[in-house]
Amino acid sequence: MSAPIMKEYQVQIPQQIHAQMIAHAQSLAPIESCGYLAGVDDVVHHYYEMTNIDNSPVHFSFDPKEQFKVLKEARDKGWQLMGVVHSHPETPARLSEEDIKLFNDPNPYYLIVSLKEEIPDVKGFKVEKSDQAVKISSVRLTQV
Amino acid sequence: MNIKVNGEAVEIESDGLVVTELLKQQKVDMPEMVSVEHNGTILDRAAFETTQVKDGDQVEFLYFMGGGSPLRAN
Repeated sequence: MSAPIMKEYQVQIPQQIHAQMIAHAQSLAPIESCGYLAGVDDVVHHYYEMTNIDNSPVHFSFDPKEQFKVLKEARDKGWQLMGVVHSHPETPARLSEEDIKLFNDPNPYYLIVSLKEEIPDVKGFKVEKSDQAVKISSVRLTQV
Repeated sequence: MNIKVNGEAVEIESDGLVVTELLKQQKVDMPEMVSVEHNGTILDRAAFETTQVKDGDQVEFLYFMGGGSPLRAN
């Protein structure tokens, strides 16, 4: 499944959190890392390192129990879970067919940390589905 | 009845609503892709059709989250 890039969103990520996402991915490679970005109004305040219960180099799944815990913790702090992060340890920072198939929550941004090259690459996407099509938009990640 | 859904107060007209119907009301298009916590207990998906929501209940739902890498040849 492929879809054209349509629209651009923007998210502000503190440099420390940007580095934390990469460090998390590197610490687990070759297993895929995953996490949530929490924040307000497209500004990230926190990165939650989540457990990849698949413990796989090519797949990730969140632990629902951990998801609910983080959801409530973020809400108590006045944050939204605004981003879902996962790593591609050996492949580029682009959505896979499986990502597009499984990213059914229209609300969060989806970020991919690629460790394929020596310098890690982080890209963001918005995935919106309708009966007829999948719309994928790029997300500009601005480090602040 | 008055319940809380994802931390927000929600007023529901009918009593005895089951979770599947509540998800529809919450505009969840793919209920098979969500996890539901009812009063602190995560429900098996099979229980969505039978678990009734009562006044004062707390319901949390979120989407299953998973994905994978593209083929390495890509």
